Amino acid sequence: MTASRPWGNSGPRAALAGVRQSFARRGPDRYSALALLRHGLTGQTWSPAWRTRDLRRSYPVVIVGGGVHGLATAYYLARNHGITDVAVLDKGYLGGGGSGRNTAILRSNYLTPEGVRFYDRSLDLYAGLAADLNYNVMFSRRGHLTLAHSDASLRTMRWRAEVNKLSGVDSEVVGADDVKRLVPHLDISDQTRHPILGALYHPPGGIVRHDAVVWGYARAADRLGVHLHQDTEVTGIEVSAGRVTGVRTTRGDVATPLVINATAGWSSVVASMAGVRLPVQTFPLQAAVTEPVKPFLRTVVVSGTLHVYVSQTARGELVFGASVDPFASYSTRGSLDFVEGLAGHVLQLMPSLAKLRVLRQWAGLCDMTPDFAPIMGHTEVEGFLVDVGWGTYGFKAGPVAGEAMAACVATGQPPDLIAPFGLERFAQGHLVAEKGAAAVGH
Amino acid sequence: MLVPCPWCGLRDAAEFRCLGESVTRPDPVGVSTQQWRAYLYLRDNVAGWVTERWYHRMGCRQYFLVERDTRSNEIRSHPADGRQPR
Repeated sequence: MTASRPWGNSGPRAALAGVRQSFARRGPDRYSALALLRHGLTGQTWSPAWRTRDLRRSYPVVIVGGGVHGLATAYYLARNHGITDVAVLDKGYLGGGGSGRNTAILRSNYLTPEGVRFYDRSLDLYAGLAADLNYNVMFSRRGHLTLAHSDASLRTMRWRAEVNKLSGVDSEVVGADDVKRLVPHLDISDQTRHPILGALYHPPGGIVRHDAVVWGYARAADRLGVHLHQDTEVTGIEVSAGRVTGVRTTRGDVATPLVINATAGWSSVVASMAGVRLPVQTFPLQAAVTEPVKPFLRTVVVSGTLHVYVSQTARGELVFGASVDPFASYSTRGSLDFVEGLAGHVLQLMPSLAKLRVLRQWAGLCDMTPDFAPIMGHTEVEGFLVDVGWGTYGFKAGPVAGEAMAACVATGQPPDLIAPFGLERFAQGHLVAEKGAAAVGH
Repeated sequence: MLVPCPWCGLRDAAEFRCLGESVTRPDPVGVSTQQWRAYLYLRDNVAGWVTERWYHRMGCRQYFLVERDTRSNEIRSHPADGRQPR
């Protein structure tokens, strides 16, 4: 008898053998309550969530960037279009970039009709993601409040609410009393520097476990035959006569006719390898988390004026995020300016948090575009596609971006949903102008 | 972070506004729409040393050039003293 097999070789364990066999037929990796019970009783170890493969010398499709966007693209290519011969390359570990550094807030109350229908599709996919991937992504629909501190922001919120409602998105302007009812800890008095006059309330918004989304997509893509390569940095992209022919990596060269740049923070650097110039500037965005406390904050609270957003995780920590740093940089070092400003702003909203301690802070890289909307689809180099420029709103778009990019690869044509986000819009002057709702308002 | 202002010396970054990569504006007369939009939107966004324009908004209120490493935020004076017009 060993510690991991408390019942030795007799009794319940023998009885479970039959159950185990019936599960084996459905695949040993399927997660379920029964599988959990079976593993718990038998002490059998779980198989790894995804396999380590040898890097082949050629792939029909290479995706650069193993975050939620790259992995979702790979997964939907395999699941929706049967294209499983795909390699996802990441210079570090899966989900180590923006996918693991965001504040995991989901919402679809954008300002432009293009933005609203796009992010709403993403929210729909997130809602069914746990069942789809057989992986608990802990999506918690808890509502999303964007506070208004001035008449001008109330007017913009009314505008946003009406655009949202036209697209069938649940979104409404509420008064300060309703805000207080939803979040009793908020100071709604008129004695503050920025009094709360009302808010845009978006009940379908919420938070999700961002690592679980990455791992769920990785595991599901791996099961469908996609090759995931960590610690594989792309150092060059081969282009010949205006066509992509391959990528150079730290683990050798790979021939491929199709490369998707799904990186965040490094999109300009990767695009420049193919000779493509992007209208992107990279800014760090800092975030912080406090020690865990009892659940008291159900709703996600955002203040654009104070450049802060707050949510409480399932573990009880408060997660804070800010707007991007004031100058472009690839450095992810935190700054005292940030913590100081953040603490002041949070305390203006919720003075009772004064004794709460910040556990850690970090930064992620945001590729900002001039119109605060992403860049998706083909470029002037044939076979070089981009899914970049995701600014501060990339994580919430992961599923729909993956689905749309997969369709773009499979059909050779960007689907209607992402047609407004093509790179050519900057040369043509057709910007999407999403700044009013995309900046800060997470 | 301390920014080297050519007029005021090393001052805290919070006193400044960064205007981004130094780009040359094409002559609006005779430039094509495409070239103008490229000037407006396209940036090199290098991970490494870049030449940038900064504005000392809480000091001398002058515009000037500096060099900065975007990987480490190490910052130094522009070799030509940074005192550029505009």
